[in-house]
Amino acid sequence: MSEAIAAVSAIEPRAASPGWLLLQRLVRRRLVLLSIIVLLVVAFCAIAAPWLAPYSPMRMDVVHRLGAPSSAHWLGTDDFGRDVLSRCMYGARLSLAVAAMVVVVSISCGTVLGLISGYVRRLDGLLMRVTDALMAFPDILLAIALMAALGASMYDVVIALGTVYTPRVARVARGATLVLRELQFVEAAEALGASDRRVMARHLLPNLISPLLVQGTFIFAFSILTEAGLSFLGAGVPPTNPTWGNMIAGAQQYMDQAPWLIFAPGLCIAFTVLSLQMLGDGLRDALDPRLRRLT
Amino acid sequence: MTQYVLRRFGGMIAVMFIVATIVFLIAHVIPGDPAAVMLGSNATADDVDALRHRLGLDAPLPLQYLDFMRSVVQLKLGESIFLNRTVTQALAERAMLTTQLTVMAAGIAIFLGVPIGVISAVKRGSAVDQVATAASMTAASLPSFWIGLTLIEYLAVHWRLLPVAGYGPPEAGLFDHLRYLVLPAIAVGIPNSALIIRFTRTSMLDVLHEDYVRTARAKGLAPGTVIIKHAFRNARTSVLTVIGLTVAGLMGGAIVTETVFALPGVGNLVVSAVLRRDYPVIQGALLVISGLYVLINLGVDLLYAVLDPRVRY
Repeated sequence: MSEAIAAVSAIEPRAASPGWLLLQRLVRRRLVLLSIIVLLVVAFCAIAAPWLAPYSPMRMDVVHRLGAPSSAHWLGTDDFGRDVLSRCMYGARLSLAVAAMVVVVSISCGTVLGLISGYVRRLDGLLMRVTDALMAFPDILLAIALMAALGASMYDVVIALGTVYTPRVARVARGATLVLRELQFVEAAEALGASDRRVMARHLLPNLISPLLVQGTFIFAFSILTEAGLSFLGAGVPPTNPTWGNMIAGAQQYMDQAPWLIFAPGLCIAFTVLSLQMLGDGLRDALDPRLRRLT
Repeated sequence: MTQYVLRRFGGMIAVMFIVATIVFLIAHVIPGDPAAVMLGSNATADDVDALRHRLGLDAPLPLQYLDFMRSVVQLKLGESIFLNRTVTQALAERAMLTTQLTVMAAGIAIFLGVPIGVISAVKRGSAVDQVATAASMTAASLPSFWIGLTLIEYLAVHWRLLPVAGYGPPEAGLFDHLRYLVLPAIAVGIPNSALIIRFTRTSMLDVLHEDYVRTARAKGLAPGTVIIKHAFRNARTSVLTVIGLTVAGLMGGAIVTETVFALPGVGNLVVSAVLRRDYPVIQGALLVISGLYVLINLGVDLLYAVLDPRVRY
């Protein structure tokens, strides 16, 4: 008997998991594949910076300050003679770490708020007015005001940007919940006596994953841009640690003599954000078949 | 319609009430004592206490909140700690510049975004469409301050087409005055045109599939007439939506870009207020800017009915 089962399962191909199917659908589009590769490379450089970077990001070499790109310094050196390539790699660490934490914070808080708002409904009016109010501030303005209130560590940046992006997630989660709660499987769960918490966690949450995945990708991209803006204005991560934003801010006055100083971090931001946006679009198309005809 | 306007207005007041509460909370968790900041490091503890009392900072928090809300309703925004003038004055002096910058940037974003969006929808899949899509995505991926710096480097420093930074006084004539705003407006407008391009393209694609567009074509109307009179007219409302959405982006872009170009606008005021902890100015600017955003979006919602007679409230 058990041999028979083993034989059958050997013949029957295992059903592919949803994640695997999604990945297959994504890599079929060349641009999306390309953006995934770019993101993997950037993430690898960030994680492996201590081993990959040719120099320490803090090592000063005043003799070779503002050096043009060369074989010793592929992206040149800055006003203290520090290696720009190494600083870009270490900058990626901070910029990506901040953005990733912002995604985690805003997706978790926003999802809980959106689910409660959309399903329990008692708090809907108040919660949505609060999200309206938070979204009435331009991102960067709310972020710098919060930075003034919070302090200037990396975690303060995460809290500030998390507060900025939570309302957007809450909106998306609420909208999806409002559609889902009318469907029969929710009604069935309610009829079986499931508590509100159980309906939200077991039945609604898994169905929110697709829209939240798309939203998370875009928030990742926006956080990189807004964090760079904060660092540029001097209200972000303290300038002792390189981030892409404060590298650009520091390079401003040397733009004429050393344009690579603003191009290198600027292009890092551009490539990363562009790849994230393409991945987000790809995810949206792959997850929502109705939109595919529009692309 | 009147009922709808009234209801929206009520909603707006509720949102502004919450905005004011958020602003109060942000200002009151700012570490450091504003009274001590105002008096500098030589002040005695007694002086600081006296000033705290005068400013009402020693009152219990709920009482301070009530006071704050009362002054917001009366449109009194208090006095700046460093600028030796009221917050309203400081904002009013700088509002003109920021408004001009935002309007110019909006103009660039719309005049770039809408036609490109329409063309790439009509020529869907062509090289034009692909280039436009790629360009708009790239533009949306660049920080506006980086675009600003690059524009300064090439258009102002190398080719000397436009002034590098700073600001021509309005007395120098309108042309000279606005010349200083061209580069900043481009820097703010370009990233914001990206969203407009994408939205216009999508809503045009939706409309171009409609039966009435096919009918118009079948009648033998010129392709341009079909696109402008039949298709675009119906895509206008969603284009309006995205223009309302970009307002926040434009204002945010202006805040950062004013710093790049050393323009004495509201953005510059806010950034220096944050760096100096000039909290009445932070409060006032937050309130005014978010109030404007809410008002503009209300205006956009009301415009729907004007542009699209099918919209009934």
